[in-house]
Amino acid sequence: MSGGFTAGGVAHAPSRTVRTVILGLVGLIFAVPIVAMIEFTLRAGLVGGYNVDRWVALFQSGFTGVYRPVLVALGNSVALAIGTVVIVLLLLVPTMLLVHIRFPRLRRGLEFICILPITIPAIVLVVGLAPVYAIVARLLGSGVWTLAFAYGITVLPFAYRAIQSNLDGVDVKTLTEAARTLGAGWGSILVRVLVPNLRRGILAGAFIAVAVVLGEFTIASLLNRVNLQTALVVVSKVDPYTAVILSLLALAFAFLLLLVIGRLGAPRTRTSRRRTTVKGPA
Amino acid sequence: MTALPLNNPQPTASARPGTVVEFTGVVKEFSGMRALDGFNLTLHAGEFVALLGPSGSGKTTALRVLAGLESTTAGSITIDGVDVSTLSTSKRDMGMVFQSYSLFPHLSAGENVEFGLRMRKIKPAERRRRAAASLAMVGLDDHFDRFAHQLSGGQQQRVALARALVTEPRVLLLDEPLSALDAKVRVQLRDEIRRIQTELGITTLFVTHDQDEALAVADRVAVMRAGNIEQVGTPEELYSRPATPFIADFVGLSNRIDGVVRSARAEVYGTKLPLIDPATPDGAVRVSIRPEDIEFALEGLAATVVASSFLGSLRRTTVRLVDGTILFLQHGVRVRPAAGETVFLKFTGAPVSTEQLAAVSAAPQQP
Ligand SMILES: Nc1ncnc2c1ncn2[C@@H]1O[C@H](COP(=O)(O)OP(=O)(O)O)[C@@H](O)[C@H]1O
Ligand SMILES: [Mg+2]
Repeated sequence: MSGGFTAGGVAHAPSRTVRTVILGLVGLIFAVPIVAMIEFTLRAGLVGGYNVDRWVALFQSGFTGVYRPVLVALGNSVALAIGTVVIVLLLLVPTMLLVHIRFPRLRRGLEFICILPITIPAIVLVVGLAPVYAIVARLLGSGVWTLAFAYGITVLPFAYRAIQSNLDGVDVKTLTEAARTLGAGWGSILVRVLVPNLRRGILAGAFIAVAVVLGEFTIASLLNRVNLQTALVVVSKVDPYTAVILSLLALAFAFLLLLVIGRLGAPRTRTSRRRTTVKGPA
Repeated sequence: MTALPLNNPQPTASARPGTVVEFTGVVKEFSGMRALDGFNLTLHAGEFVALLGPSGSGKTTALRVLAGLESTTAGSITIDGVDVSTLSTSKRDMGMVFQSYSLFPHLSAGENVEFGLRMRKIKPAERRRRAAASLAMVGLDDHFDRFAHQLSGGQQQRVALARALVTEPRVLLLDEPLSALDAKVRVQLRDEIRRIQTELGITTLFVTHDQDEALAVADRVAVMRAGNIEQVGTPEELYSRPATPFIADFVGLSNRIDGVVRSARAEVYGTKLPLIDPATPDGAVRVSIRPEDIEFALEGLAATVVASSFLGSLRRTTVRLVDGTILFLQHGVRVRPAAGETVFLKFTGAPVSTEQLAAVSAAPQQP
C-alpha cells in the first residue's frame, strides 16, 4: 500500500534463476577490473611469475616517504565526502521535503535543477566554477574543504533520485498531516515521522555522495586541489604498480566506509524482533 | 459523562462538556475555484453530524479547513465560541481519521496510538496504559506490537481511530474512513464508530459520499452541493421531506416524473399530490417520488413489469408506462410481479419535492 515500508512483495518479480544469472553477470563485470588490478600488482617483473613483494614493501615502509601524500589526500577526500554528505542532508533533504509537502508546484523546477549537473561535463563545470572559486578563495581561503561546494552540486542528480524514489513510495503528505493533527510541530514531524520513513532514501543519497566524492578527479585536478584521485595519478607516474595497490586499498576503504554508514543508518533491530512475537487472530 | 477507561485518568478532560463548532460564511478558493462558497454549519455539543455529498462537492475541504490543514479565504470558524483561524493544526486539539491509511509505518500500532500522547509530553507509563486502553476500545487490545503492514485495512482504520481519540480531542473528524474497506467491514466499523462516539460524547464530523452510511449513523446529515450546504436535518427529515430534488435524488432513490404544479398541488398522470414546499409557483415541473410512494392497485395507471428483484427485506420492481417512462416501486416481498405482466399503479399521496422545468433545462441533470 502507501506505506512502502514492507520488504519485497513485487508482483512480477523475475524467477530465481533469472535473478542469479543477472546478479552473476553484473558481479562479473565488476570483478574483472578488480581481479586484473590485483593480478597486475602481483607481477614479478618482465620475466613472468608472481609475488607479493610490492605489497610487502609498501606496508613495511609504513606509508611514509613517497606515499605520504596519498594518505594526506585520502584524508582530504574523506573530509570532502563528509562535507558533501552534510550539504545533502542539510540542504537537499529539507528542500525536497519542503517542496514535496508545501510547494508541490515547484517540484518540476527542483527536479530540473537537480538533474542538470549530470548533463554538464566536469570540464565545463570547472570553467564556470573557476571564477567562482576565485571569490570563494578570497572569502573562505583556499582550503581543500571548499571543494565540497562543487561536489555538492555534482552529486545532486544522484542524491536527488535516491531520495525522490523513497519520497514517492511514502504518503508523506498524509503522514505529515496526521502528525500535525496529533499535535506535532515541524521539528517533531521531521525527526519522528519523516526521517525514519525516508531513512533508506537518505542513506542511499549519502552513499552515492560518498562514492562520487571518493572517485572524483577532474574538478579537483583542474582547480589545483589535492584529493585521493589526483594524488594517485601523481604516484602512478612514478610507480604504476604501487599506484594500483593504493587504488585497491582506496576501493576497500570506500567499501568499508559505506558498510559503516549502512550500519549506522540501519533501523533498530528491536522492531524487527518484536514484530514476530505477538500472534493474535487476524 | 459515563465512566470510561479513557477519561478516568484525566479529570479535567472528562469534566469537559461537549464542544460546539460553528462555520460562518466560510469561503475556500483554490486558484480561483471555490471549493467552499459561503459554508455555514453548526455542530452542537456531542453531536454526530455527517457531511454528505457527491465527489468534489467540498466535503473534505470543509473538514480540512476545520482541522487547520487548509486556510480559509473568508468567513470564520469558531470552536466553543473562540475563533480558531490563527491557530495552527497542532494546537487545535482535533482527532482526525483520514481516508487513506495514515498509520506511521515505522511504528507499531501501540506506538502509533502513543504518538499524540508523546507530543503532549505524557510520561511513558501512563502513555502506554492509555494507548492500551484506547486500542482496547476499538477491539485491538492484542495488536499493540503489530505494524501497519501486518494489519488489515479495517484494523488499520481502527488503530487510526484509537490514535485520534487517545488524546481526548475536542472534535473528532472522519474523512471517508470506511471508503477503502469492503462492505461487511464497512458496516461493522461504521456502527462501532457510532457506539464509541456515543460513549465518549465527542462532537463528530463525519464525511461520506455514501448516503446509507450517513443516514445510518448521524444525528444530523448535512447534504453538500458545489461548496454549499443544500439541506441539514435528521436522517428522517432528509428522507421524508427533501428540500430539493437534488436531495431527494441523492438521499434515497427517487423517480423523476414530469408534471405540473397548480394551486399548491403537483399533478402527475392525473393524480394530485401534496407538495413538501407549498409555496412552489405554478408551472411545469419535474416531480421526485420515492419508490415506496407508488403502489400496485386494482385500477389506475397501467404499466408493464420490466423486472423485479429481491433485496432481502423488500422487493424492487421496475415498470414501464404506456408513454415509455420507467418507474421503480418498492414493496413487500410477498408480491411477486412477473416480467411482462400488466399492472396498475397508484400514488400513496406522500408529499413530493419538485423542480421547475425551466431550471432543469438550464442546468441539465445527469441521468
Ligand atoms: N489542494 C487543492 N487544490 C486545488 N483544488 C482543490 C484542492 N483540494 C480540493 N480541490 C477542489 O475543490 C473541490 C472540492 O474538493 P473536495 O473538498 O476534496 O471534495 P469532496 O471531498 O467532496 O470530494 C474539488 O473540485 C477539488 O478539485
Ligand atoms: Mg473527499
